[in-house]
Amino acid sequence: MTTPLVDVQGLVKHFPGERGLFGLGAPRRVVRAVDGVSFAIAPGQTLGLVGESGCGKSTVGRSILRLIEPDAGRVTLDGTDVLATGARALRALRRRMQIVFQDPYGSLNPRMSVRQTLAEPVVLHRLAAGADVPKRIASLLGEVGLDPAFADAYPHQLSGGQRQRVGIARALSVEPQFLVLDEPVSALDVSVQAQVLNLLAELQRKRRLTYLFIAHDLAVVKHIADHVAVMYLGRIVEQAPVSGLYAGPRHPYTRSLLSAIPVPDPTAQRLRIALTGDVPSPAAPPPGCPFHPRCPHPKKNDRCRTERPSLREVTPGQLAACHFAEDPM
Amino acid sequence: MTEPLLRVRDLKTYFVTEHGRGTARAVDGVSFDLYPGETLGLVGESGCGKTVTSLSILRLIPEPPGHIRPGSFIEFEGRNLLTLASRELRAIRGNQIAMIFQEPMTSLNPVFTVGDQIAEAAIVHQGLSRREARARAIEMLQLVGIPDPAEGVDRYPHQLSGGMCQRVMIAMALVCHPKLLIADEPTTALDVTIQAQILELLARLQAELGMAVMLITHDLGIVAGTADRVVVMYAGEVVEQAPTTDLFARPLHPYTEGLLASVPRIDAPAAGGSGGSGGPRGRLHSISGQVPAATAWPAGCRFHPRCPYAWGRCATEPPPLLDAGGGAPGTHTVRCWLVTEPGRRTARP
Amino acid sequence: MNLGKWLALAAAGAVALLAAAAVRRRAAASAAGRRFLAHPTATPGVFILAFFVTIALAAPFVALDPNSMPGIVDLRDRPPSVLHPLGTDVYSRDVWSRIVYGARISLGIGALATLVAVTVGAGVGAVAGYFRRWVDAALMRLVDVGLSMPRIFLLLMAVALWERVPLAPLVLLIGLTGWFGTSRLVRAEVLSLREREFVAAAQALGAGPARVIFRHVLPNAAAPIIVSAALGIGNVMLLEAGLSFLGIGVPSPAPSWGSLIYDGWQHMAAAPWTSTFPGLAIALVVMALNAVGDALRDALDPRQEGP
Repeated sequence: MTTPLVDVQGLVKHFPGERGLFGLGAPRRVVRAVDGVSFAIAPGQTLGLVGESGCGKSTVGRSILRLIEPDAGRVTLDGTDVLATGARALRALRRRMQIVFQDPYGSLNPRMSVRQTLAEPVVLHRLAAGADVPKRIASLLGEVGLDPAFADAYPHQLSGGQRQRVGIARALSVEPQFLVLDEPVSALDVSVQAQVLNLLAELQRKRRLTYLFIAHDLAVVKHIADHVAVMYLGRIVEQAPVSGLYAGPRHPYTRSLLSAIPVPDPTAQRLRIALTGDVPSPAAPPPGCPFHPRCPHPKKNDRCRTERPSLREVTPGQLAACHFAEDPM
Repeated sequence: MTEPLLRVRDLKTYFVTEHGRGTARAVDGVSFDLYPGETLGLVGESGCGKTVTSLSILRLIPEPPGHIRPGSFIEFEGRNLLTLASRELRAIRGNQIAMIFQEPMTSLNPVFTVGDQIAEAAIVHQGLSRREARARAIEMLQLVGIPDPAEGVDRYPHQLSGGMCQRVMIAMALVCHPKLLIADEPTTALDVTIQAQILELLARLQAELGMAVMLITHDLGIVAGTADRVVVMYAGEVVEQAPTTDLFARPLHPYTEGLLASVPRIDAPAAGGSGGSGGPRGRLHSISGQVPAATAWPAGCRFHPRCPYAWGRCATEPPPLLDAGGGAPGTHTVRCWLVTEPGRRTARP
Repeated sequence: MNLGKWLALAAAGAVALLAAAAVRRRAAASAAGRRFLAHPTATPGVFILAFFVTIALAAPFVALDPNSMPGIVDLRDRPPSVLHPLGTDVYSRDVWSRIVYGARISLGIGALATLVAVTVGAGVGAVAGYFRRWVDAALMRLVDVGLSMPRIFLLLMAVALWERVPLAPLVLLIGLTGWFGTSRLVRAEVLSLREREFVAAAQALGAGPARVIFRHVLPNAAAPIIVSAALGIGNVMLLEAGLSFLGIGVPSPAPSWGSLIYDGWQHMAAAPWTSTFPGLAIALVVMALNAVGDALRDALDPRQEGP
């Protein structure tokens, strides 16, 4: 691809597990939230990062922005090494990458009006001053489809969809190049979800934004992403352009995930590949291939139990971490 | 034609809001039937009144600030639930009608073991001794697919995952073999692979025990896969009611139509790239506007401010539930004037 | 007390009533305010506080000179009368006037010392809760030490070192020995607030720790701070009264309420009003502060819906 805007190499984040009694016992096992994740996003594109709870996708998003400090890896934004940037330069760098959160109720300060919430980043980065600030706020609100009268409202007076729009406006206020969208529509009703997804697509076109779209809903991701990466237990198990992934998934987990999604069509005949067992805890990943205890692949063998498959290119552009990627279910 | 197991007629549940913001008419005249052994899907978005409806059936609405209006009628196996004495109602709750909730992790009592909680229903309703009830609990855990039930029975909720907790909740609900299970968004808080497991479990148990299920959800995909009939709610009212295949093939109410069109589909072809490569990405159809507040439902048809087809009559005359054909009368009903004036259903721009 | 003073006193009472009514009206507009008013003792508490603050501010208008001794032989230890509504003390000073001027001192010390305590406590708690790790551990061990020592002994130690503590350092000392509990409360609130997504959003926007703490975290942690302050003023007033009663508080002849009790202590049999009325004043104000503090705690409880 052309020079990627965002390039992540070998991102690692481990959380120390809880200690025993009163913090004095030996530390329990480390939680490997992100265990070596790499991907690249070309400018103007959207990478969908999907997975179930505990797979580490939110941690990836926050680590890229350095809201959580990763333990290892390299993150490059338009050539700049994000992880090596010092504190002062980081603030300037923060203008170029922003985040929109999942919970519209928690992501706005309840004590600040919409105007104050939107003015803060503008003033902080000296993007406007004095009389220009209200103009800028009005323009931002218009861009996200909110009436400028909303500027005086407080979060508790707004609906979930409206709060989410304010969150998006806040992220846009510093004119970023790259936006991490951490499950931005998961907490919204279906009809509002559609409105916000349309808004995000339109903003991407208008402002030439690059998105990392984190979600657990594969149907939503299919609609908005150009490429998709599937995560399981802190690692990417499959990565492909959106058409390739949905038409011909190469990893058994992707396959099961796709077949588990309910389709609003009662006549659709789908073979549901049921996974047994629970999603394992990232504190105790199974040996060998982390997916092997639940894997429904008919050719699963001892190699799966002992040898961890690496993420490799199976067909041009499509990567999978499975010993039988050439021979999918 | 069998008799319905549950008959709800003109249910109205109102809540008093503080400081004169008016009365929230959360459920405002809901009627439907539920037949033995069938799965009824109750679909709607937040604020439509579906959860309040289900809580009203078991009279679990807190009395201030809520109250079920006189004139509401809920009949279960021929008995009016709204006029039962508390003692008789308690004999039905957990025994003939059971309920499971959305958040399995918080619906279980954290200080009691899983086994104790399952056994409680058996002890209260069937008078089993503690030992018998414990054996019953182990049986139920086996039934719902908990691995190693003899050991699992002594676990505490915090030691179990979300999917396991939901299975425990189902076990608790089914211990007395109820005739009706009300499931309020049972899989919303769960991962999609676990969701698939739980839905399969419910379907299997329903077939084995021959019970009816009222499945409340906002997910049309789940409804398509599991329900026999669907009731769509909006703004405290039933707006459409039909057998599942009929509803998805021929959604008649503009809200149902809009909902179906705005869900991103996994089985639709992938949209092309955006921005840099290829043409513009397809827009999802969306319903304009948002759900109104329960304290101020719009006049006339409650959906008219957001409806692409609305005309003069819709703003002044609230439509009743009209029969829309599709078989015996009452099979497919819609609360919309388009049934009487189908010519106005023009194509969307 | 002459007619003018009585009229002024009535006016002060009216002002206090108006203030209480205004607070009621303002509070009724919000959900938190209505929770406040749901306490039956809240409004009387507000009235009492408003009354004492008003007469303290308008002291020259509602009271005579607290230090004048008009008739040290014949007017001493007089019981309450029209001229001296609360009687006179052993030096023939008017008790009512001493209480009124004493209100300035006692309330002033209460407010200022609490301001010091709450500011330091909130600051320490916020820093400990936000930065965690060793900063938190170090600060909280300090708090543990502070909490384990009885406040009055700390003050006694200070007095032992300084003989007679002038007013300003006294206020500072009282404040600096009383911030430990507040810091724990604020730290707990901050620990939970820092996980909220709007804090992460502010960090993502490039806000530094100072901005995040003062602009985002502390305003949302206002509830325990406000409640601590309301209850803290009462504690300080009692403490000051105790110190003055022991003779090591506010220096004579300043009529702080504790000193008044001390002064009248030996004459309890002959002139009980000299100690009783100041005692009642302290009791009234502290009860009012507690009532208001309690009502505030419920009003500002974040678990309730909406502001």
